[in-house]
Amino acid sequence: MMIKKAKRADKIATIVICFFAMLIVAILVGLLGFIIVRGLGHINWHFLTSAPQMIRGGGGIGPQLFNSVFLLILTLIITVPLGWGGGIYMAEYAKPGKITNVIRLVVEVLSSFPSIVIGLFGLLVLVNAFGLGFSLLAGAMALAVFNLPLMVRTTEQAFRAVPKEQKEAGYALGLSKWKIITSILLPVALPSLITGTILASGRIFGEAAALMFTAGMSSPPLDFTDWNPLSSRSPINPLRPAETLAVHIWKVNSEGLAPDAKEIAAGASAVLVILILCFNLGARWLGRVAYRKFTAAKRID
Amino acid sequence: MSQAFGTEHLSVFYGDFEAVKGISLEFPAQSVTALIGPSGCGKSTFLRSLNRMNDTISQARTTGHIWMNGSDLNDPATDVIKLRQQIGMVWQKPNPFFKSIYNNIAFGPRYRGMKKKKQLDEIVENSLRKAALWDEVKDRLNESALSLSGGQQQRLCIARALSVNPNILLLDEPASALDPVSTGKIEELISELKNELRIVIVTHNMQQAARVSDYTAYFYLGKMIERDKTDKIFTNPENKLTQDYISGRFG
Amino acid sequence: MGQMGKSTSLNHNDMKKSKRREKHYWEEWVGRIYTSICVVLLLVVIVSIVFFVSSKGLATFFENGVSLKEFFTGRTWNPDESFGALPFITGSFAVTLLAALIAGPLGLCAALFMTEILPGRGKRILQPAVELLSGIPSVVYGFIGLSVIVPFIRDYIGGQGFGILAGCLVLSIMILPTITSIMADALASLPGGLRESSLALGATRWQTISRVVIPTVLPALLTGVVLGMARAFGEALAVQMVIGNAPHVPGSLTESAATLTSTITLSMGNTAMGSVHNNALWSMALVLLLMTFVFVILVRLLERRNRI
Repeated sequence: MMIKKAKRADKIATIVICFFAMLIVAILVGLLGFIIVRGLGHINWHFLTSAPQMIRGGGGIGPQLFNSVFLLILTLIITVPLGWGGGIYMAEYAKPGKITNVIRLVVEVLSSFPSIVIGLFGLLVLVNAFGLGFSLLAGAMALAVFNLPLMVRTTEQAFRAVPKEQKEAGYALGLSKWKIITSILLPVALPSLITGTILASGRIFGEAAALMFTAGMSSPPLDFTDWNPLSSRSPINPLRPAETLAVHIWKVNSEGLAPDAKEIAAGASAVLVILILCFNLGARWLGRVAYRKFTAAKRID
Repeated sequence: MSQAFGTEHLSVFYGDFEAVKGISLEFPAQSVTALIGPSGCGKSTFLRSLNRMNDTISQARTTGHIWMNGSDLNDPATDVIKLRQQIGMVWQKPNPFFKSIYNNIAFGPRYRGMKKKKQLDEIVENSLRKAALWDEVKDRLNESALSLSGGQQQRLCIARALSVNPNILLLDEPASALDPVSTGKIEELISELKNELRIVIVTHNMQQAARVSDYTAYFYLGKMIERDKTDKIFTNPENKLTQDYISGRFG
Repeated sequence: MGQMGKSTSLNHNDMKKSKRREKHYWEEWVGRIYTSICVVLLLVVIVSIVFFVSSKGLATFFENGVSLKEFFTGRTWNPDESFGALPFITGSFAVTLLAALIAGPLGLCAALFMTEILPGRGKRILQPAVELLSGIPSVVYGFIGLSVIVPFIRDYIGGQGFGILAGCLVLSIMILPTITSIMADALASLPGGLRESSLALGATRWQTISRVVIPTVLPALLTGVVLGMARAFGEALAVQMVIGNAPHVPGSLTESAATLTSTITLSMGNTAMGSVHNNALWSMALVLLLMTFVFVILVRLLERRNRI
């Protein structure tokens, strides 16, 4: 009796677990399918390159796409040196003890802050106090804050994963610690660093809440022939406001007036998701290639 | 090679545990000294303290003196980086850098300011020749060092240590992870290299100690029980403990 | 000493005296100072976030004279006179808890499927799915909620479609990847012998899972749920898009409501810095900040339990 009952419970539980696991896969397939099917029809060259329309239909996402990419680059320029430096500190310089524990706690708390809070902080300090205004630079700095803890953690893990014999060999050869870090450990850790950085880029690319009050929700008319970074119409002026693709999706959805707002949101979502998928797949592929290059490659210099 | 090199009352502590207990030992010039003893007897820890590698472990503390040419290497004021440039080290597990064969060797000299390609080429060739690896790798210097076999990697590590002209070479069971042919090559190498520098080798393998070393020191529980000419240790040791170990009664 | 005679050799006196002039000496300092600056910057950032948000958030109570009681228990939010944030606080907690209730069991099933039922193949199917889900940005989740979940609720369940139900459904999909991957890691870290010995005693797989596996890793499983909740609590845009944004305590799950984050998102841009209304929004941000600390403390407590 008992055994029979236990066996039946086992069967039911297995079915339930499998059902829900498959449900998750179905949700994912449904989500991706929905976004791409809904949006793909709307994506064309005109949509990707032209400026949005406020009231009329037929607007594009050109400036937003450019802003997202440019903001990502600016953010990486700020985050990579700081994040790698912090991660190297945690992996190579931090001694076990109170201070290190405090730093770990800080990293944990900072990575748990809601992105909207970081956006508000950016509004208060970067936009107002530092006088940057709604600008790419303020947005990039807010995103750097948002992204730094993740970067520190991936970097620390990447450096800790390097075999410690490598470090010993460096010490025994009479190298300084910094030389060991930069010339021996860094090349070995680089594949994971690259993967981690690209994955972080995906997160930066899709972030909107931290940007609404820092990079702003408007994009001034851009003149793509003007590459003087100081001119207010120049796309590469870091002090101009810049609405990114993710912020644009939000804005179109909640206050879009154009008759084709739904289609624009669908198209923009599809573009965003496809780009982030590319980031994820690219990160894996690049990580593998870099690993091969730095370890068992035929020729290296 | 008239310099003296040796330790005086050298102790190493891991926290409260005294892993090496007040060892005084001299390493004569142009000779190989083997350190033997059962696992955990402190011989490797002792070896690592000679080039102050134990400094890199935050728990470890070294007391006593390491004399070289009349000055104390264990003095905190000593520049450990310069010290390590004079004392090469090779481990049990080959640990070539994840770089090309050429760059593994050229790395040390380049760091010390040698920029001329011709000089570097010369150093790479000389070091590889000394490590008896040149003929095997001269056509593939730009390949990854990890593409070499285990025995070749170990000789590459020796070549790398030699590239910066050390006057002492520390070997921590350099052949114990290798096949017999590679082991034979490493042992030959040791016998040749001792004409140029002092070698201290830690080994588990007593035959190896007998084959390559001129002096042998027997370690047990962090103490040095006996040190003498290798022939003497293996044929007629003074101490009963040494005799037991040599004759295979324990360890 | 033939070798030593060349340029590379140095005697011990050189070793001491030249310390200051040598390349490696300042190189060491460059590394140490550079990496320390990076870490100090982290500390500065967090201290300033806490300081600025607190000083703004507390101004509501100390300068504008809004009482704590009014803020935390008042039911009316009127930008001109009364600042009762209770509707938003209940909204935030409601969507967070409901999302955890949905996503927790689902995530557990997915994690069990990956580690216990079909360890090899299950992982190969689900792991990428979970990672892809976690990569989808929150605005896209909001968009999907707006175009699928809200109409669905409106047509089949009732109401306008906007509300707590739509919010917690969107959030539960959003936090599912976090919960699943942490739970799967926890289950995978369990020593294999534990399962085998239970199965060897004649227990079925479900008995093993429910009586041995889950109780052993329970703190770690809960860690996943708490981290998911932390994410849900702080999520702004996806929720804002589907919750309806009506500033009152809702009577049902399908009635329009609001959360702390959705209110901040909508109103921060439309209020003047320094006004009471604006300060009250900062107070809500301060609540978000404090809840982050609560979640971090909870995670730490669970981790401590896990170690024992």
